[in-house]
Amino acid sequence: MSVDTASETITAPVEAAHPRDEQVVFLIMTAALVVAPLFAYPFFLMQALCFALFACAFNLLVGYVGLLSFGHAMFLGSAGYFSAHIAKVWGWPPELAIIAAALGAGVIGLITGALAIRRQGIYFSMITLALSQMIYFFCLQAPFTHGEDGIQAVPQGKMLGFINLSNQMTMYYVVLAIFLFGFLAIHRIINSPFGEILKAIRENEPRAISLGYKTDRYKLAAFVLSATLVGLAGATKAIVAQNASLTDVHWTMSGEVVLMTLVGGLGTIFGPVVGAFVIVAMQNYLAGFGQWVTVIQGVIFVACVLAFRRGIVGEIAHFFKRSL
Amino acid sequence: MIPLLGISTQALFGQLLLGLINGAFYALLSLGLAVIFGMLNIINFAHGALYMVGAFCAYFLLNLLGLNYWFALIISPLVVGLLGIIIERTMLQRLAGLDHLYGLLLTFGLALIIQGVFQNYFGSSGLPYAIPRELTGGTNLGFMFLPNYRGWVIIFSLIVCLATWFMIEKTRLGAYLRAATENPALVRAFGINVPRMVTLTYGFGVALAALAGVLAAPINQVRPLMGADFIIVVFAVVVIGGMGSIMGSIVTGFMLGLIEGLTKVFYPEASNTVIFVIMAIVLLVRPAGLFGRTA
Amino acid sequence: MKTSVAIVALAAALAWAGSAAAQNKNVKIGSLSDQSSLYADIGGPGSTVAAQMAVEDSGMAAKGWKIEVIAADHQNKPDVGVSIVRQWFDVEKVDVVVDVPNSGVALAVNNVIKEKNKVFLNSGAGTSDLTNKACTPNTIHWTYDTYALANGTGNALTKGGGDTWFFLTADYAFGAALERDTTNAVTKAGGKVLGTVRHPLNSPDFSSFLLQAQNSKAKVIGLANAGGDTTNAVKQASEFGITQGGQTLAALLLFITDVHALGLNASQGLTFTETFYWDMNDGTRAFSKKFASRMKNGNVPTMVQAGVYSAVLHYLKALDALGSNPDDGAKVVAKMKEMPVDDAIFGKGNIREDGRNIHPAYLFQVKKPSESKGPWDYYITKATIPADQAFRPLSESECPLVKK
Repeated sequence: MSVDTASETITAPVEAAHPRDEQVVFLIMTAALVVAPLFAYPFFLMQALCFALFACAFNLLVGYVGLLSFGHAMFLGSAGYFSAHIAKVWGWPPELAIIAAALGAGVIGLITGALAIRRQGIYFSMITLALSQMIYFFCLQAPFTHGEDGIQAVPQGKMLGFINLSNQMTMYYVVLAIFLFGFLAIHRIINSPFGEILKAIRENEPRAISLGYKTDRYKLAAFVLSATLVGLAGATKAIVAQNASLTDVHWTMSGEVVLMTLVGGLGTIFGPVVGAFVIVAMQNYLAGFGQWVTVIQGVIFVACVLAFRRGIVGEIAHFFKRSL
Repeated sequence: MIPLLGISTQALFGQLLLGLINGAFYALLSLGLAVIFGMLNIINFAHGALYMVGAFCAYFLLNLLGLNYWFALIISPLVVGLLGIIIERTMLQRLAGLDHLYGLLLTFGLALIIQGVFQNYFGSSGLPYAIPRELTGGTNLGFMFLPNYRGWVIIFSLIVCLATWFMIEKTRLGAYLRAATENPALVRAFGINVPRMVTLTYGFGVALAALAGVLAAPINQVRPLMGADFIIVVFAVVVIGGMGSIMGSIVTGFMLGLIEGLTKVFYPEASNTVIFVIMAIVLLVRPAGLFGRTA
Repeated sequence: MKTSVAIVALAAALAWAGSAAAQNKNVKIGSLSDQSSLYADIGGPGSTVAAQMAVEDSGMAAKGWKIEVIAADHQNKPDVGVSIVRQWFDVEKVDVVVDVPNSGVALAVNNVIKEKNKVFLNSGAGTSDLTNKACTPNTIHWTYDTYALANGTGNALTKGGGDTWFFLTADYAFGAALERDTTNAVTKAGGKVLGTVRHPLNSPDFSSFLLQAQNSKAKVIGLANAGGDTTNAVKQASEFGITQGGQTLAALLLFITDVHALGLNASQGLTFTETFYWDMNDGTRAFSKKFASRMKNGNVPTMVQAGVYSAVLHYLKALDALGSNPDDGAKVVAKMKEMPVDDAIFGKGNIREDGRNIHPAYLFQVKKPSESKGPWDYYITKATIPADQAFRPLSESECPLVKK
């Protein structure tokens, strides 16, 4: 992924967003999400939130570290299977199932990341695709996933022993809390000394190495963090939807998260959230149109790449001459 | 008939031959992709969709214009090549100089559009296309019955692959193309119209995909999603072979067909996945691919 | 985003107002199918048309009922199906879900429908689990299941001399179920299974697997797969001269749209079981003619689409008998089980306590091109399997609703 020859990069600008701007937008976003269930169907909102977290964690890797992974679905899907299995077959309470599944995804991230980061650019992307396909195959064959039937009827239970998740509104606020936690975690990672080193590695890795940083370790750490947060999204999604299926480990899901991030704005903090909501909304409300949904998605892809490369949030930020 | 690993040698030869035939398809498809990536640095995700358009073209030529398979072999690639030229001129050219990712995303979007539109009008069951009369029937090779059409596929693909390789590696036109990839400014200074070469190369690459589509039409059902099944496998072939290497794709395509054929005998469930295992291994051991030049 | 919020708000308000009516004569039918890929021609938009035709033919509108049919695409993904169904119940106030091909999706939405006490009239999916381990008081499995197909084809072919079998099975739960049920039928009829090969789902090339089948020298090659896999396998089998070599090809799940897509040249001689054919009698012919005229592509109905028509018609009859919409799925299903089924599509039948709709099944064979008088004239009826023998007997059922 060359930064020097390209006139526009897909990664985030080096200057950080102004803290004041970020806080304002963050408050607006949180407020909107808090009142959203009064206007829109909570089930759809919860799904959108899970995908938003997925996209944000993906964006951490591509926008801020410069690593484009074609295999992120492997973390979403396997965490979903883990949490569904743990909640249903082992009978653990939901909060432990989600945490355990997210950690499981992190472990997978450690193993796959260790293999993948040995290469750069398109080869890194191809290795992540290959690894993701192998995990798909494993999920297809392993008996505990029940193949294409998936794991059904996952119990929602009571979080922390008393919060009844079967109530849709309660479940929504729990999911919102998880999303905000993940979002703030990513924000913290980006705006920390660790995050600065990641950006330095992205800008000029040889220089970072010459300064004494073991860049491979940092890249691996970022990869694992991204995988764990994606796992958090996947695990929560399995509890919300009460099932885990092969769709979430399929390579087209990896393509969808790229689409969400692109539409929202690659390399912006709020972009993936907006992108996720737009794409999930489109899939839900256009479900009646059948095959046209694919065509419309394709048209959006093409339009974004040709004319709206900055994505929705990026264009807004550009309009206000800010960084978001 | 000595059983080897639980299967008679006769049956094994049969499977290997079938594997080679599939390999011919992979080689032909990945050839177009390798040409486009090697020359243009574009990762053409629309390759599978254009392969499908090539097959549909053959179907229309037969059912609307009465032109049979042999005409389709020539006309279909020309039509799709023209389509490719239009795509390159109107859209891909705008992305020149940007990150490779944008080219990939654009072609991915195009693939979705093309496939979605075809699905809307032609459903999903597919349309029948018969094997041309001259190639029906088969020969008994002793260890298996080989349909004549499959024999034709392997011979034709080899010819096309070798001809393409020869053209790119050994002729002056090919030399210009290769030079233009490495240093477009310098080549342009010599008075060669680089953008036009780029456009024609893209057209040529997708024409190869359409040719593979026509070859496939009598064997597989002509369906809107027939390309989507192939596309990531073809990518893997190109990556393993070495992303800029024409010969690499050809050899890897055939080799992969063989390996897949063996997998189908001993562990058939994994026959779709074995290529990704190989891709991961190759990328870790030899990142530039088996025949690639290290970047 | 704002427009969609407004639409949802409006829909919610309307739904709320609608349900406030005292004697509820409002019915909303949801046709959930694969509208865009593998099963679109088998169910898809055709199922929606079938449901609409049933609404019109029921004559309920004249009695003051307001019946609406909506449709959605589950894209063969269980989570999408579940999401749509939840939205349908919570927001759109849908009363009954029909069709749902793809066994994985069907099993997933089955749970939700039971939870919300609505009605599930499944026509498209094959899994016999819907009336077995996964049976519920809210579900009726209308048209066919893997047991009926396996039993019909497996039994008939084995008794007819094809006593050695080799399976080409799609490597997923449905394929495995089909292979298992057929193996049971074959061994019960005195046959033997010589081998099986599991191919990945959506394989474009079957040459290698067909070669293995050829080498096994089994008399019958069973295709335990569906959709594109079946059509590819059949096409390539004719290329490799399988039938010329003396082996019979048995497609375990085949629809008329598959035969149409293959063409008679490639599919002639194929033997399989179905529960409906458009050209069986005057009743089916009349229905099919009307159906084909309403379809964009002029297709005749598959057994799945015909099943949707029959199921919706019977559902509306039950509602009529109850007088109003009780908003209680189990109650309506109980009424449907009480009333015998009798229509132009399947003839006489009844619905058992496990939710299985019983009617005769037929062993069909595809005509040679010379025997066919025109498009869609594809089948010869080889045998009729009476209703009480076609489906899994209650004595073998694991359904908790069946009193032992």
